[in-house]
Amino acid sequence: MGVIDIKKIAKTEQLFAPGHRACAGCGATIIIRQVLSVAGEDTVVGFATGCMEVVSTIFPYTAWEVPFLHVAFENVAAAISGVETAYRALKKKGKIKKKINFIAFGGDGGTYDIGLQALSGAMERGHDMLYICYDNGAYMNTGIQRSSATPFGAHTTTSPAGKKIPGKMQWRKDLTEIIAAHGVPYVAQASPAYYQDLMQKVDKALSIEGPAFIDVLSPCPLGWYYPTKDTIKVAKLAVETKYWPLYEVENGVHRVTVKPRKFKPVEDWLKMQGRFRHLFKEENKWMIEHIQKEVDRRWERLLKLEEAEL
Amino acid sequence: MKETWKELPIGAIIKEPGSSKGFETGDWRTERPVLDPEKCIHCMFCWIYCPDSSIKVEDGKMKGFLYKYCKGCGICAEMCPTKAITMVREEV
Amino acid sequence: MKVVAKTANEAMAEAMRQINPDVVAAYPITPATEIVQIFSSFVHDGLVDTEFIAVESEHSAMSACIGAAAAGARVMTSTSSQGLALMDEVLYIAAALRLPIVICEINRALSAPINIHCDHSDTMNVRDSGWVQIYAEDSQEAYDSVIQAMKIAEEAFLPAMVTADGFILSHAMQRIDMLEDEEVQAFIGEHKSPYNLLDIDNPITIGPLDLQDYFFEHKRQEADAMMKALKVIKKVADEFTQKFGRKYGLVEEYRLDDAEYAIVVIGSTAGTAKETVDMMREKGHKVGLLRIRVFRPFPAEEIVNALKNVKVVGVMDRADGVNAFGGPVFMEVRAALYESEKKPDVYSFVYGLGGRDVKPVDIERVFQMIMDADKGKKIDRLNYIGVRE
Repeated sequence: MGVIDIKKIAKTEQLFAPGHRACAGCGATIIIRQVLSVAGEDTVVGFATGCMEVVSTIFPYTAWEVPFLHVAFENVAAAISGVETAYRALKKKGKIKKKINFIAFGGDGGTYDIGLQALSGAMERGHDMLYICYDNGAYMNTGIQRSSATPFGAHTTTSPAGKKIPGKMQWRKDLTEIIAAHGVPYVAQASPAYYQDLMQKVDKALSIEGPAFIDVLSPCPLGWYYPTKDTIKVAKLAVETKYWPLYEVENGVHRVTVKPRKFKPVEDWLKMQGRFRHLFKEENKWMIEHIQKEVDRRWERLLKLEEAEL
Repeated sequence: MKETWKELPIGAIIKEPGSSKGFETGDWRTERPVLDPEKCIHCMFCWIYCPDSSIKVEDGKMKGFLYKYCKGCGICAEMCPTKAITMVREEV
Repeated sequence: MKVVAKTANEAMAEAMRQINPDVVAAYPITPATEIVQIFSSFVHDGLVDTEFIAVESEHSAMSACIGAAAAGARVMTSTSSQGLALMDEVLYIAAALRLPIVICEINRALSAPINIHCDHSDTMNVRDSGWVQIYAEDSQEAYDSVIQAMKIAEEAFLPAMVTADGFILSHAMQRIDMLEDEEVQAFIGEHKSPYNLLDIDNPITIGPLDLQDYFFEHKRQEADAMMKALKVIKKVADEFTQKFGRKYGLVEEYRLDDAEYAIVVIGSTAGTAKETVDMMREKGHKVGLLRIRVFRPFPAEEIVNALKNVKVVGVMDRADGVNAFGGPVFMEVRAALYESEKKPDVYSFVYGLGGRDVKPVDIERVFQMIMDADKGKKIDRLNYIGVRE
């Protein structure tokens, strides 16, 4: 696709209408708009139960100007597998002529945890579809409960920053690598703050044949405890602090797509969010060092993979 | 009057795309974005970062806001490179 | 028409082949596994145009079926027991979304303990899911009913499951009169969908969130569809009889005209029970049998009518409600009979759980008990037949 000309794209039809009930400043809605701008109107979207599905389809209101399917929480990958297969079956019989994109969206809840089986199955079977995870690092729709995507140390309602246990004690599961290990043609991580990168990745994912997966960092003002205006700033800082590397794995080869000129310490990113406020207490400072070490380790590993062309 | 069960489409589907436009979320906000058109360079950052599809764009030019829907999150003001947008407190 | 020897698994797989659905998403489970295997070989040998999705669980099987059906494809699958239970939440969703999916179901007990043999606990478990349920007495009926189910589902816009008893029917060879491929295609006709997700020019939203102001109306609409299904099922059965001769209804009455005592039974046990009725009739007892073929929608009117002159009814359940009162079929039959003029006494007989064999002598005992009850002997409302006590 090359460089995305957003002036041109801003002229096109909006496929995600206003009037949905997402929180002010919601990162996920920004991601949806960026994705649909690339995918276009010949797209069928599937959604797992979660924030986005709930806020955008409260009967009789729907924000969707493309065909939309929601079935349940853990099965969007399976449902879209069915849609994509039906499309192929009907196309074979000459009943459909158009080329249609199939995109399954799930939050980290419906993707990393309860939806992991269906996602793995769909990726393994090789359906021609794109799965996008809008990753806000917790089960936000039900009130900010921890998921396996929640960062180490974060306060959530099921991993609260308590007197005995200061937040979540497990690392965030590296789902992008898990899906890369499935051997699918394209896997990537993206951030809505880097819309060029995100939209180019979506375009690439849609143009290749076979399954693709993109994990997109989706800041949540409510669950991360920051002022609504900072959503894009937080999404940018996550990349600049190496917490959320922007990379892709194309046909099994890792490539970092955005290398910030100057890196910032992960503390800068943690400082912006109330869910990490307790880390700045004297007795918890070790956790910030712990996080910095792990962030560095994952980054170095990524660079080594890129260098070795693996 | 809301529909009776006989009048609803089969299987609880919603037939009208984008019907959420009938639900105005503008009354959620406490601050509204105000544009200084002199400073605007029509870079479209506000458009690409608006969660509520509430930036008006006509002929490639940023023309203002859909106040009917804008929730006043302030992202557009924050991201505008020329500070052409300011958030102003809504009067009751 | 071809006469063949097939098990119910084979016969149902043949019916699927002749229907030639657009998509099948299935996961193997004993004793339905063969249906999926046989169908896979049809796919790989190019005998069908079906796109087969070898999903990684039954929950995903039904989810993929929903996706495919929403996209306008003709969709079928097959499962049993734990698999059906695993799809539970998605079954309700399929029915509420009004998608005409057909399941070839093989009745097998629900765990625990794990048991691969026949009882009806799996399908009784989902009787309120909104699915049409048809219980076959033999493999011929299983085959015929799968074909009818496709048509019923696409007219009522409700999904349908056709069930055959695990191992007893699924693995036992029977004589089947098979229809020609063209006859099946002509009977089911072109696929009908309630809506189409892939109509890009008219994008729709499927599966929205309902708040308190719409949910009830949507559910009322679904309930109405199930009520209307009674007529649809009868109509399709009549069309089938017209074209192919074999008669099917919502229920089957056997020697009930002048019966004083009757049992109600579902599935393959009816075969054994009919033998028992004949035996007892020879001894002079006025006994009869009512077989319920269609359990959902519940054929209350037909049940009341069939049993209107009977004095005592024994309802045989191959599933236990575990409710300290009586089996599931018993509960519903008794509730229906509350509206009958003569209001017969009704007793519950739970039998055959986990594939426990039921013999004519067991059914004779049921008849004996209800006849004794009529003569004043006190018997329990809930009885277990064939368990070691």
